[in-house]
Amino acid sequence: MKVLVCVKQTFDTEAKIELKDGKIADAGINLIINPYDEVAVEGGIQLKEKKVVDEVVVLSAGSDKAMDAIRTALAMGADRGILLKQDTGADEYARAIALAAAIKDENPDIILAGHVAADDGSSQVPTRIAEILGLPHINVITNVEVADGKATCTCEADGGTLVAEITLPAVISSQVSWNEPRYPSMKGIMQAKKKPVATVDAVAADNKVTIVEYGMPPAKQAGVKIEDEPDVCAAKLADWMLNTVKIEVK
Amino acid sequence: MSETWVIVEQRDGNIRKATFEMLSEAKKIGDEVGAVVFGKNVEGLAPEFAKYGADKVYVVEGDLFAEYNTGAYVAQLAAMIAEYKPNAVFFAHTFNGRDFASRLAQKLEAGLATDAIAVELSAGKGVFTRAIYAGKAIAKVEVATSPVLATIRAGVMEVAEAAGAGAVVKPAIAATDADVYQNIKSFVPTVSARPDLTEAETVVSGGRGCKGPDGIKLVENLADMLGAAVGGSRASIDSGWLGHELQVGQTGKVVCPNLYIAAGISGAIQHLAGMSSSKFIAAINTDPEAPIFNVSDFGVVSDLFKVIPTLCTELKK
Ligand SMILES: Cc1cc2nc3c(=O)[nH]c(=O)nc-3n(C[C@H](O)[C@H](O)[C@H](O)COP(=O)(O)OP(=O)(O)OC[C@H]3O[C@@H](n4cnc5c(N)ncnc54)[C@H](O)[C@@H]3O)c2cc1C
Ligand SMILES: Cc1cc2nc3c(=O)[nH]c(=O)nc-3n(C[C@H](O)[C@H](O)[C@H](O)COP(=O)(O)OP(=O)(O)OC[C@H]3O[C@@H](n4cnc5c(N)ncnc54)[C@H](O)[C@@H]3O)c2cc1C
Repeated sequence: MKVLVCVKQTFDTEAKIELKDGKIADAGINLIINPYDEVAVEGGIQLKEKKVVDEVVVLSAGSDKAMDAIRTALAMGADRGILLKQDTGADEYARAIALAAAIKDENPDIILAGHVAADDGSSQVPTRIAEILGLPHINVITNVEVADGKATCTCEADGGTLVAEITLPAVISSQVSWNEPRYPSMKGIMQAKKKPVATVDAVAADNKVTIVEYGMPPAKQAGVKIEDEPDVCAAKLADWMLNTVKIEVK
Repeated sequence: MSETWVIVEQRDGNIRKATFEMLSEAKKIGDEVGAVVFGKNVEGLAPEFAKYGADKVYVVEGDLFAEYNTGAYVAQLAAMIAEYKPNAVFFAHTFNGRDFASRLAQKLEAGLATDAIAVELSAGKGVFTRAIYAGKAIAKVEVATSPVLATIRAGVMEVAEAAGAGAVVKPAIAATDADVYQNIKSFVPTVSARPDLTEAETVVSGGRGCKGPDGIKLVENLADMLGAAVGGSRASIDSGWLGHELQVGQTGKVVCPNLYIAAGISGAIQHLAGMSSSKFIAAINTDPEAPIFNVSDFGVVSDLFKVIPTLCTELKK
């Protein structure tokens, strides 16, 4: 069996965001693997370690820079990579079409992804890929057990924990609490340099949505900050809660 | 007249507040408002939606719809869209809502704006404001495919009562057992007497400054006095003081309560991503330089172990 992991390269979560010419400026920004995708890569590697699958392939759509994200996943232990060249204004639909086409060529048994990207954060791509490929999917998993051509997934649903079974091949997206991604070892980093990475062109698809504009959120007004004895602090905070926020006490 | 549809989120007849928020927002737009409710024995809920402006209530009932499952729900809604041609369909940006909307959008080969915090809707077109880069920037996205599809962030839109006719419509059932591809084995609700983190009016969160279960207990006591939800920073989740589902932040839940109280939380950028759009923010922290104070409306530089017990006493007065 083969697992394919969709990996998006994103800005470091610490990155300061600025606009340049009406777009998000990317100069000098440190790029990382989307934290959820790192968890998906780790999940894929663990499936291989448990001998559930025998190959872990990583796929990333983007510019040449995305090669770094692929190399990091290879250094963690993935076997080979695919860089899908697509760096011009694709929306979630066009992105999913391109990724699905590349996935189809690979014909994996399990497609792993993050449930959301830390930057654009649309939470659309994995589910769209599943629909395009006509496959079952399940989102936001915190665990998966694979047996007899089926995946039993535990998911962090709203208000509780859901357990659902789907038939493979299928698309499965991760929650961060699934596992603790490993750091690539020195040996892993050396080996990653020799692992194969194919570069393929994305199939073109028209966007379904347009960006009207990017902007910055309204700046938060500076509030009150008091430094005093705990009792005074508590009394003033209580007063603010009751009279400004108008909170109800049970 | 064209219709704006709101997909109801309910479990066992308990309707999520996000549903009423979306109905109120849809009502403001001026078109007819349709609430679409899926489930088993849910027709009785119709008056609830009428109270918040639903002119029509589309009731989709049956064993097949007893629990949310993507396949059957998407097949059914796609058939209803083809029949009734609503101008727009809104979903809550929740575990179920974003799953439902994404799969439907792809089936219809349509655009979709997710996690919208503001809506401008006209005939055949919607412009949605989304928070991107964990709230560090915003993007306005235009969806002009039909119907206009969006998921709406919970807690942002104001709930306002507005009478609607609430006429029950029973669409033909188009989905079949063959559409189901997720075999739901179990759903175990989180046992908590407290409100859901993403729905609560007030959230009290504890961080590493709580130093352990005793500090978290203080946070919980305060929360219970206020009928609030409890949340935490990743530090307190990783320390095992609180469950994973209670993490607030970039890789946790995004919350938008009326009041957010951060106790012993420094205010790392990844934490702010999950709570900075709260209406009011209070912080209790011993470090006057803690970044949480930059986003706080009311900050106290003090020891949470001393402040919270006194605060509880003061509030009781
Ligand atoms: C009109 C428009 C123009 C845009 N122009 C650009 C542009 O010029 N440059 C640009 O970088 N972005 C652009 N974007 C954003 C881009 O469309 C999204 O980043 C992309 O569609 C993925 O969506 P998301 O990041 O919200 O992923 P989500 O759906 O939140 O991601 C979930 C998961 O899908 C997988 N995934 C997502 N993206 C990729 C990827 N690239 N490779 C592999 N796996 C992936 C990952 O596993 C990820 O965890 C544009 C968006 C719009 C709407
Ligand atoms: C990819 C990525 C994703 C992340 N996602 C998240 C996320 O979703 N959510 C999240 O929260 N974090 C997230 N983090 C972690 C984040 O960077 C911080 O490490 C974390 O938020 C710190 O938690 P904290 O504020 O509780 O702890 P600290 O930063 O250690 O702060 C503790 C605070 O308590 C104060 N304090 C100490 N004693 C007292 C006392 N007696 N009374 C009052 N105050 C006291 C201190 O002054 C200090 O400010 C993420 C990090 C990364 C890299």
